[in-house]
Amino acid sequence: MTGPEERVVALAGNPNVGKSTVFNALTGLRQHTGNWPGKTVVTAHGRCRHQGRDYALVDLPGTYSLMARSAEEEAARDFFCFGGAHGAVVVCDATCLERNLNLVLQVLELQRRTVVCVNLLDEARRKGVEVDLEALSRRLGVPVVGTSAGRGAGLTELMDRVAETLDRPEPPTPLTVRYPPAVEFAVASLTPLLARRLRGRLPARWAALRLLEGDPSLLQALSDALDWDPRSDGEVWGAVAQAREELAHSGLDPAELGGVVASVLLETARDIAGAVVTAQHGPEEDRDRRLDRFLTHRYTGVPFMVLLLAGVLWLTIQGANYPSALLSDGLFWVQDRLSELFVWLGAPEWLHGALVLGVYRVLAWVVSVMLPPMAIFFPLFTLLEDFGYLPRVAFLLDHAFQKARACGKQALTMCMGFGCNAAGVVGCRIIDSPRERLIAMLTNSFVPCNGRFPTLIAVITMFFVGAEGGALAGLWAALLLTGVIVLGVFATFQVSRFLSATVLKGVPSSFTLELPPYRKPRVGQVVVRSILDRTIFVLGRAAAVAAPAGLVIWLCANVTVGGVTVLDHITGFLDPFARLIGLDGVILAAFILGFPANEIVIPIAIMAYLSTGTIQEAEGLGALHRLLTDNGWTWLTAVCTLLFSLFHWPCSTTCLSIAKESGSVKWTLLAVLLPTGVGVGLCFCVATVARLLGLA
Amino acid sequence: MSTQFLNTLRVGESGVVAHVAGERAMCRRLFDLGLVPGTTVTCTAVSPAGDPAAYLIRGAVIALRGRDAAGVRLAEEVWA
Repeated sequence: MTGPEERVVALAGNPNVGKSTVFNALTGLRQHTGNWPGKTVVTAHGRCRHQGRDYALVDLPGTYSLMARSAEEEAARDFFCFGGAHGAVVVCDATCLERNLNLVLQVLELQRRTVVCVNLLDEARRKGVEVDLEALSRRLGVPVVGTSAGRGAGLTELMDRVAETLDRPEPPTPLTVRYPPAVEFAVASLTPLLARRLRGRLPARWAALRLLEGDPSLLQALSDALDWDPRSDGEVWGAVAQAREELAHSGLDPAELGGVVASVLLETARDIAGAVVTAQHGPEEDRDRRLDRFLTHRYTGVPFMVLLLAGVLWLTIQGANYPSALLSDGLFWVQDRLSELFVWLGAPEWLHGALVLGVYRVLAWVVSVMLPPMAIFFPLFTLLEDFGYLPRVAFLLDHAFQKARACGKQALTMCMGFGCNAAGVVGCRIIDSPRERLIAMLTNSFVPCNGRFPTLIAVITMFFVGAEGGALAGLWAALLLTGVIVLGVFATFQVSRFLSATVLKGVPSSFTLELPPYRKPRVGQVVVRSILDRTIFVLGRAAAVAAPAGLVIWLCANVTVGGVTVLDHITGFLDPFARLIGLDGVILAAFILGFPANEIVIPIAIMAYLSTGTIQEAEGLGALHRLLTDNGWTWLTAVCTLLFSLFHWPCSTTCLSIAKESGSVKWTLLAVLLPTGVGVGLCFCVATVARLLGLA
Repeated sequence: MSTQFLNTLRVGESGVVAHVAGERAMCRRLFDLGLVPGTTVTCTAVSPAGDPAAYLIRGAVIALRGRDAAGVRLAEEVWA
């Protein structure tokens, strides 16, 4: 058989079964796999070559079924119906095969050329679960392959079976799930009519069941994709109505049909799993339950979560000190060589100033300040994610989100915001309800992202810990930073609640959250992946923004109007207002100029104070502290800078992401105004109270 | 003995689902997760505020809010 050049294979599976790992292993495309449900919302495509043939693999969103109740399920179903796939692979978790078989049975109703991939076999074995793959294959009527994709085991065999299944002139005849007689009768009355119209584009039996259930999303999809709307097809629509009536006569309310179909699928899955799986109650399950009780317990759950956060921050702060100093030494050594090169080339002074003292110096600052904490923070965060802790955080925080009439999954997007608010905003796609998704997007920047950590850490260290350093000081700094973050989380709840009570009124929608089994993190893979996928990505973007920003800043500080630099004009203009909220004109100007990337706020402030026209390398935090106090900084200025750093407008990338995701300028403006309003208000209150009490 | 609902299960207690009621979309989502009449469920954890709670359903642990779990009626017998 000579098929088309490239064969399209859909990759389906429940959330969290290692589907993305299979996809990555087969295609070699690096794509992030997260240990929480619903991470893959957009379908990813990848290519792979096997035995001289090309395959296009489509990684569908992880779903429990194809009943189209969420955006993911609808996307997966539509791809099976109209995506033109030549075959499918359904990835299952060997440790809970029964629940996975529900999706397998639904896929088999749509795509007969299917290979079932039973993944996580090694994990199952450790848990005392054995799966008889041959028996499973006999019962399902399609090939079954066992894999442990994390180690790459079984993947060649998987592709062998896929190739065989696609090569067969006739598709396999898989198990047909039998529904109660009344349903089968109704289906039989519709299939001939449908088969004539669908002409093999969709299995008639499947379409008949969905029409009987009255699935409205399918009707629209049918008329969009096949140019055939059953509602305007008198013969079919009449037959459907009659069949539904007959169902009602035989005592089956058509509104209940969905439930009946779901139960039959589940019972079939249970029967099959019962026959092919032998499970001993493993010690790992008991361990998971004990761990869950500890991590979510009334007395230990929340304290442990806060301690863990403090611990991660402490490791980040302590660990980043030394490499940060090393990097800045190295990069500024390069700058001196660059200056020498410019002199040797005889380049004009302004060119050297703009390129080396402007662009390069800002870049060097951003890299040396951001890279080390990110290279520590992201891998630690990914390890927790891999271990399966983040869904537990969502579980702990859900009650607060529920009271704010928001979605518990917002806890997950909030956690992503710690890394990068723009990533957090994009991550909000995992929230189904549009109202709750907007709340999550608008409040994402209330938690500090990685770009703001350097500012927070520097200010905390200088004004509240002492710049001498030492392990104890690092601990104290980490605890203060934890306090700042807790304040951000608290503000997230309050603002979400405020939004739910005003512009985004509504009741919280239903949601289910899977708490996946704890997994031993794959340390090597996590480090490589988080550095490649996250650190380099975020750093690259920051650098791309910082380079032109460096040029603009250099120009502002060096171009004079009426004998005064543009930067001085700006800071002088902003000063009266800034004083009112406990800051000064320089700090406020730094925040405004830092719109492209928050990490350049402190460098801009230093540059303005020194007015030397270039971003300075502060000779250690001690010298920086002196510089700031010389320029009138008090503890109050420091507190207000911390607060304003926590609550001000999101960075340009985040704003762009919000505009793109919400598709609305209005919501983007609100996303800017909300945190700015909170920050200005809070700073004003703190400054006024402190001044009235004579504290500052 | 009074009628038990899923949200009244305490940590470590198990029961058998008798009936699932509630919003249509939520019902079907619960069906997909395997929560149909006849299924054994065990409550494995309750969050500090008492809501949501996590349940072991057919080999997977799923967290549900109390409002949604209240739609699931259990058979009379509940055991620890």
